[in-house]
This record gives sequence, structure tokens and C-alpha cells, in this order.
Amino acid sequence: MGRLFNFPGGIHLEEHKSVSNGTAVRKSGIPARLFVPLDQHIGPAAECIVSKGEKVLKGQTIGSATEYISAPVHAPTSGTVIDIQKFPAAHASALPSDVVIIEPDGKDEWQTRTPLNNYRDIDPSELRNIVRGAGIVGLGGAAFPTFVKLNPVGHDIKALILNGAECEPWITCDDMLMRTRHGDIIEGARVMRHALQAARVIIAIEDNKPQAISALKPYADKYEWLTVQEIPTRYPTGGEKQLIRILTGQDVPSHGLPLDLDLVVQNVATAAAVHHAINEMQPLISRIITVTGPGVKSPCNIEALIGTPMSDLIDMAGGYTRDADRLIMGGPMMGITLKTDVTPVIKATNCLLVQTPDAKRDATTTRACIRCGECVKVCPMRLLPQQLYWYSRSRNFDQLQRHHLFDCIECGCCAEVCPSHIPLVQYYRFGKSEIWKKEQETLKADRARMRTEARLEREERIKAERKARHARAKAAKAAGSDSKQTEIKAAVARAKARKAEQKSATEDA
Amino acid sequence: MDFDQHQHYSPHIPASSTVSNVMLKVVLALVPGIITYIAFFGWGVLVNIIIAGIAALGSEAVAVALRRQPVAPTLMDGSALVTAILLALALPPHSAWWLIVVGTTFAIIIAKQLYGGLGYNPFNPAMAGYVVVLISFPLEMTRWNPPLSLADAPMSLLESFQYSLTGILPERLDLDMISLATPLDVMRTQLDLGNSLDTITTGNGIFGIVAGTGSEWVSLAFLAGGLWLLFERIIDWRIPASLLASLLLLSGLFSLIDSSNFASPAFHLFAGATMLGAFFIATDPVSASTTPVGRLIFGAGCGILIYVIRTWGGYPDGIAFSVLLMNMAAPLIDYYTQPRVIGQQKNRS
Repeated sequence: MGRLFNFPGGIHLEEHKSVSNGTAVRKSGIPARLFVPLDQHIGPAAECIVSKGEKVLKGQTIGSATEYISAPVHAPTSGTVIDIQKFPAAHASALPSDVVIIEPDGKDEWQTRTPLNNYRDIDPSELRNIVRGAGIVGLGGAAFPTFVKLNPVGHDIKALILNGAECEPWITCDDMLMRTRHGDIIEGARVMRHALQAARVIIAIEDNKPQAISALKPYADKYEWLTVQEIPTRYPTGGEKQLIRILTGQDVPSHGLPLDLDLVVQNVATAAAVHHAINEMQPLISRIITVTGPGVKSPCNIEALIGTPMSDLIDMAGGYTRDADRLIMGGPMMGITLKTDVTPVIKATNCLLVQTPDAKRDATTTRACIRCGECVKVCPMRLLPQQLYWYSRSRNFDQLQRHHLFDCIECGCCAEVCPSHIPLVQYYRFGKSEIWKKEQETLKADRARMRTEARLEREERIKAERKARHARAKAAKAAGSDSKQTEIKAAVARAKARKAEQKSATEDA
Repeated sequence: MDFDQHQHYSPHIPASSTVSNVMLKVVLALVPGIITYIAFFGWGVLVNIIIAGIAALGSEAVAVALRRQPVAPTLMDGSALVTAILLALALPPHSAWWLIVVGTTFAIIIAKQLYGGLGYNPFNPAMAGYVVVLISFPLEMTRWNPPLSLADAPMSLLESFQYSLTGILPERLDLDMISLATPLDVMRTQLDLGNSLDTITTGNGIFGIVAGTGSEWVSLAFLAGGLWLLFERIIDWRIPASLLASLLLLSGLFSLIDSSNFASPAFHLFAGATMLGAFFIATDPVSASTTPVGRLIFGAGCGILIYVIRTWGGYPDGIAFSVLLMNMAAPLIDYYTQPRVIGQQKNRS
């Protein structure tokens, strides 16, 4: 590897990592009830395939993927489905979504698991199917179905990059995973490398995680295809585009994918999940979650079943402190605030951060933009955040696109340094969703217009044809009504014309 | 447990800077220059600052209240105070109170609040206010008091106040004794009359070592304050650097071609409001360019215009006009100097 590259902007943040990575990962055990959401990933929600009162076994599929970009959902333990109902979701919109409520029977009984062949003997496309069936999605927080990213679609993959940067403050779940379950990551890396037929694997880790680095380094000596790369700590190194730039000096094209550079990026925890799916026939039913922040008494990392209420995890972390002010899922930079802790954890829940009022930024602390340009200095995409803000506010969508709004990765660096405390990222999200909405509308209008035009044209043509037919008939009548021969000929011609007309009409329809 | 329904903004970490903080640091950076100014030219400038400060905060409060917005947080952001101090420093010390009030209220109400307040003003408010009084009251704007070393009987703080508020001078003084043309003014007029540089500066006490007795030290103090702002990362280096560089290059070029008819680069850099303008006025973020390349162009444009106005224009100093002219160009400059976004092939604007 050797040479590293730099990305523009970025910021150094207080890390607060040592708050939660001092103790071993704890196991949450089986909660009294599990609330397993059907919508935990990018793409349409899974379709519920169990019914109320049904007994389910651990690992049994309870929601199946409906479309290509979607993921199935599994029962995290054995028990009874007691209801399927709407429940507060761990989503920025806070709209309730369908959850399957399972009452565990305490036996934690697995469904029958048939051992698979060695991964090396499995065809890559079959590997992708198994990963898909195991419901594995990106565990870095985005929750994009993993099997899609294990398809090289004709590219010669130069490298699979395993993202262990974990650049957001407070979060340490990947750090703990790398320290204690490094073997799982390596096994997962081998499987993924096989699926992608990738030349090499690079595990990238920020240099503030020396223990994780030394845990993984020995594997790099063992396998010539593996590199463990220490990278400088600077938010947002863990952003896919930034990470690729650091490692290769190349930029993912705008609106493109890492695949365009013959690269694939996966999170380290996703690699471990792939290992469990292939080598242990275990679907994605649990994950490590960092429960931390000044608002909980004893921050720690917990391995929890998907569907465990967040309040259970908070209790395990000693409960709230008196000045706990807000609950955030994800890191402080890109996380979302939740209204209630009865919300269940989902596959994308990497961290529960409980903040206190001193981190307050809201309408009362916001001032006007003074165009100081601090945001320009820190933007890792080299955008002009102050212009994007200006045009979002004035709903000037053309200018927003001309200023490349859609290249924004929503990392929040601009908002962090803004002396006016403007919620810049919220403005960009608003701008993006408005533009999407408008595009959908234009698309619809275009289709309607095309349909109308086609109909008018068809009607015109039919009219013209009918006119021509009448004229022909008239002419024939005038020419020789006495000759039977001509009459017959005319009749044949008429029939032919009618047939042709009918044919064209059916074609039009 | 349920949490407060109202929306918190990400990022969820304590904020590292505030607008008030930025403005406070700008004021702090001006202090050495103000002290040096008082030391060399007497209390007049302090009286200017006090009157302008009161007028600025008062008119801002009225305007904000009329716009039905919270008054206290707006006054607390400190931007009105910065405008007041910059304007007070630009006016001749011992200016009449009404002149200061007219300039300041114009700056705050017309140039700032009528456009929507802080952040929305296309022009630098202090310079807009300055230009209004410069054009409206040309005579008053030429009455600069001499440095203390050249004055016969300097006024006390109380006398300065009294003069500014009532126009009554202490008995021992008359108007001629407290009004003198600035080095920039003398230089201009004399060069226009066809005198050579040597004859102008030789024997004239106001020229000091390179650019003006007292004023060159004030400039140095503003330079120091400006460098501190750079160090504190409150301002970006690009505007001051390109402004000073372009002024240096132009004055150096003309001085090389004809050293007896064009003032030296050192004179241009340390005379008048060059340093104040480069670090404190042209860097006003609201009305200046914001893109990295745009800032270089903006600063260079200011520097070029300053030299052109000083050398061939109708006014002895050109900071205010150059900054205002470049303010007009700032949106256009920003538009055409967008950086190439990561992943975009060619910057098509």
C-alpha cells in the first residue's frame, strides 16, 4: 500500500471513544418481548410471512424481501408471534412502521441448519443468494443490502476495502469487534473476496484504534492478499468516498459508485456477519451496539438481538443520568434523534448516544449566516455549503443542482463549524427531497403528455383514412356501377381496407 | 422514557464557536490599533467610537424592534458594534456628533437592516455609512487633527467630548490648529501640482518615517491585530494577502518606472487605512467573496482599485470605494469561481 492520499476539508473532533471501549462487549440476553421491524434497510420493507399466534424458531424468516433491493428479516430467538402492529420506528421520519412482536419462549431453539460446503466450492452467485437470504445489510449505519455490493457486475475488482475507520465520535462498536472478533472479520473477508473475485482486501482503520490495528496486523503477515492500513484520524475518513480517496487518491465519479473504480467498500461488521451466514448458517439477528454519552451512567458495548427495545440497553448501561436530554441513534454527527426509547434496535443501530443540554443547537441558538466561509474550508466534497444553504432557503432548485447539491454526503462538518448554528444538513435534505419530488412530477407529466399526443395522432390518422375510403368508394361508384366485375373488385378492396384498418387499430391499442 | 418533541439539530456536540465570539475577537483585534491611535492622535478617536457605538446599538435596536424580531440576541451578536468601531476609525477624530450619527444610522438601518439584517447586506455597512458622509459633508471629512507631536495644545478627553457634542473649542485653540490634511491628501495634491516626491516629503513633519507620523504606527498595530485574527482563524488569509500584494505590486511597478512622481510601496502600505482595510474591512465575510479563488480575486480587485483611486481618482484614500465596488462584484465572482467538486469531471457552472 504505502502511500496515502488526502481529502480536502474534514475536521478533528473530540473522540470520547475511551468512555465506552474500556470494558468487554456484554451480551444483552433475551428480552421479555422482541419488536422486530420489517423495514430495517434501504429498499421496500420486507413482507410479513408469519401470522399472529404462530410459533417461530430462532433464525426463521419472518419477513421476506419483496424486491431486488430489499432484505428479509428473521426471528432473533424462538417464541410466539403475539402481534403484528405499527410501532415507533428508528427512523428520522419517526413514522410508525410494522413490527412483528415475538414473545420468547426462553429455549432459544434454532431452526434446522444444514451445513454448507466450504465457501471456496460455492459459486459466487450462490454465495450472494445465501448472504441475501441471511438478511445482511451494511452495518456501518446505511443498511444497504450487502449482496448487491457483492456482485462485481463484470468489473475486475482490484480491491475490497473493509471500512474500520469508525470516524464518528463516541462510537466504538467496530473498534470492539476488531479487537475481540478479528477472526470473524478475516473469515468474512475471505468469503467476500471469493464472491467478488477481488484481487486484494484492505482493512482501513483510523490510527486512534491501536489495539484494533495490532489485533488485525498479524493476519496481514499471514495472507499476501490482505493489507491492514492505518489511516489518520480525521472526520469523515469513514465516508466511502473519502476512504477511497485516502487509500487510492482516486475520486468516485459524481452519481457513480466505487465499482466504477473497480473497488467495493464494506463495513468490518458486515464482513463478520457474512462469516456467520456462510460458515455458521446464522442470519443477521444480532449486532454490537455502543450505548454511550454523558447521559448514561455506565457506557459500554452490548451485543443485542435485533428488536430489543432501546430502553433495555439503556438499563444495561446503568440507566439515564439526571440531565439526559436526548436520545440519538448513530453518532453525534450524522445520527438521528428519537422521540422515545421504546423504539427497538435495528440492523443499522450502531450506537445509542444520550446527550445532555450543553450540546444544544436548536432554533433558539440559530443566527443568520454571516458567510464566514468556515463551512467551505471543512467540506470534504469541496462544495460551497453557504451557497447551498442560500439556495435551499430560497427554493432555487436550479442553482442547487448547479452547485452540485447531490454530491453532498451529509457528513455535517459544515454544521459543526457554523458559528451561526444553522442546521445546514437539514436544509440540504429538504432541497434534495424537493428536487426528487419535482422530478417525479415532471416524469409523470411527461408520460401523460406523451400519451395524449399519441392518442391525438391516432385519432387524426383514423379520420384521414376514413375520408380516403369514402372518396375511393364514391369514385368507384361513379366509374362503373353497371359492371359487375368492378363491383366485385370494389367489394374485395373494401374488405381488404377494413381488415388493414382493424389491424392497425389493434396495433395502436 | 420519552424525549422532548422539539427538533434538535445535528451535530449533537457542544458548539465550538458562535457569531458573538467571532465579533468579540474582531473587536479585541482592533484594540491595539485604537490604543496606538489614541497615543499618537489624542482622544478624538475614542469619542468617535463611543458616539458611533451608542448610535449603532440604538438604531439596530429600533430597526430590529420595528421588524418584530427579538432585540437582545441581535444586539448580542456584536456585529453592530464592529460596524460602529470601523466607521468611527474611518472618520476624522473630533468629528461632530451628528456626522457620526448620520453615518452610523445609515450604515445600520439602510445598509444593513433594510436588506434583512446581518448576513443579508450586499455592501459593507461601515463603508456604506462612511461614503454617505464623505459625499454629503466633504468639508468636515477633511478636518483631520495633527499627530500630538505636531500639535500645540492637545485636547483632553473632556474637551474632545465637548467639541464633538457642541462644536465649541477650548479657548486656547482654533479650528486651524486642529485640522490638517492627511499625508495621503498632501501627497495627492502636491503630486497633482507637479511637485516631485522629494520636495513634498522633505521637511514636512507629517510624513514620518515611511508613511505618516503616528499613522504608520497605527497601521502597524492594525497589522498586528489582523495577524492575530489570522492566527485565531477568524479571517482567511486570502483577502488581506491578495489586497496587500496587488497594492505592493502596482505601487512598486509605478515607483520603479518613475520614483519621483509615484509614492513608494511602503507609503501605500502604511498610509491611510490600508492595513485596517486589508484585515478588517475587506474581510467582512457577509459582503465579500466566499470561494477560495474568489477571495483572491476580491482582495486583488480591492488592492488595484485602492491604488487607482489614490493615484488618479478624486479622493485621497480609496478603501471605502474599492471595497464597495468589489462588494458589487462578489456574487458574480463567487458564481464563476466555484471549486471543482470531488467526483465532478470538469467544473461546468
